[in-house]
Amino acid sequence: MRTGQQLIKEARSRVEELDPAEVKDVLDHASGNGSAESAPVILDVREQQEYEQGHLPGAVHVPRGHLETRIENAVPDRSQRVIAYCSTQNRSALAAQTMQELGYEDVEVMTGGFTLWRDRGYPFETPRKLTDEQKERYSRHLLIPEVGIDGQQKLLDAKVLLVGAGGLGSPSALYLAAAGVGTLGIVDDDVVDLTNLQRQVIHNSERVGEPKVESARKTIEALNPDVEVVAHQTRVNADNVLDLVRGYDVIVDGADNFPTRYLLNDAAVRERKPVVHASILGFDGQLTVFVPYEGPCYRCLYPQPPPADLAPSCGANGVLGVLPGIMGLLQANETIKLIIGRGEPLVGRLLLFEALSTQFTELKVRRDAEGCPVCGDGVDLAETEFEDYEALCAAAG
Amino acid sequence: MPMVKIPPVLRPSVGGKNEVDIDGSTVGEVLNGLAERYPDTGDQLLSSEGELNRYVNVYVNDEDVRVQNGLETEVGQTDTVVILPAMAGGV
Repeated sequence: MRTGQQLIKEARSRVEELDPAEVKDVLDHASGNGSAESAPVILDVREQQEYEQGHLPGAVHVPRGHLETRIENAVPDRSQRVIAYCSTQNRSALAAQTMQELGYEDVEVMTGGFTLWRDRGYPFETPRKLTDEQKERYSRHLLIPEVGIDGQQKLLDAKVLLVGAGGLGSPSALYLAAAGVGTLGIVDDDVVDLTNLQRQVIHNSERVGEPKVESARKTIEALNPDVEVVAHQTRVNADNVLDLVRGYDVIVDGADNFPTRYLLNDAAVRERKPVVHASILGFDGQLTVFVPYEGPCYRCLYPQPPPADLAPSCGANGVLGVLPGIMGLLQANETIKLIIGRGEPLVGRLLLFEALSTQFTELKVRRDAEGCPVCGDGVDLAETEFEDYEALCAAAG
Repeated sequence: MPMVKIPPVLRPSVGGKNEVDIDGSTVGEVLNGLAERYPDTGDQLLSSEGELNRYVNVYVNDEDVRVQNGLETEVGQTDTVVILPAMAGGV
């Protein structure tokens, strides 16, 4: 029978060991050349409490006890170079051995672990702590490596502006609030009407006649006290749009008219803020993400509003109640991805959803660098007066 | 035969269908074929000069015809032509 020490010794003999100085060189090189592809994964296999007291910059955290169940999500590519560490090097050697058995091809261990790293005076990060209640509330996020504590912290720090507390805004506000987005601004000048309640699930029967922003605030505050709701009981107009957009990281466009959508687009491009866009009618929805200068803007996609007979409103034509639910949640999904910096945002791609046939269609959308009057090359928006969008759209009609 | 996906606002003009099969080997032929069979669609899609209206986007499969050859863009027998006007609704 082998002793624990023998087992550790055997594990250490099977893995390559790196001195902290070498690991620091690797980290400095990775941050210096800006190439994420060549950077190895730094894997912290210590317990949660140890990790919270300080870890290597950018380390991925998978406690050794959860290695077999979580490592494939945290490091899906088995050919990826991984440098594991613990507090010394024992647990990391055992973890590295397990990873080799799982087929990971390039796993090394940092000698002396975090203790030696810190004693040498090398830089480390101390994650901002979630309260015990937050750890419990967001536990299902913390279990997903793509979110984790860092992602949750980004959500808590994020400021999202929801334009409209209606059909699209209701579900996205609810889920963004539940996800712990720290600041939710809501712009809407309307009051809750009985005809809204077939789909605007953030409101309820008792709130008919109340301003929508106040009704939304009550629902959100009851759902998650971490969220600060900023109620903007107004319409987006040329005078307030820049101030509104400036205060937020991501804009969720759930407006119900073309003038607001064009105005919002132009201000967001000027302030370089991403807009998560959705629109709905009947059984059909459209969704895309506009990231200024990285992809197209709303005017690249639709340079001109259609005439009125080609642009009926939901009020005039009706909408299936669940449709804004589906599209609004897709907006919330894109918003969360933008905030935590994970996944492939829907930039340059327009997603169409048909509820009756349950079909998704994806179309390509390109930035019109030559012709776009807003994000085209050489256009200086700082010098541009915003157009009278009401007139633009009225003229089209 | 190419299949044309009809947006909600044009469905009343084509008897409520969301897809129709229209013969043609270019986008122009397909749209004119659509307008011949369903005259109400013609004015909405094409200008009096026969150009594609600027507020309507048309895609062959997933690619905008404006970054291809416009109305001259070739359409294969199994291709899908998507007609897409902007929608504003959010309520």
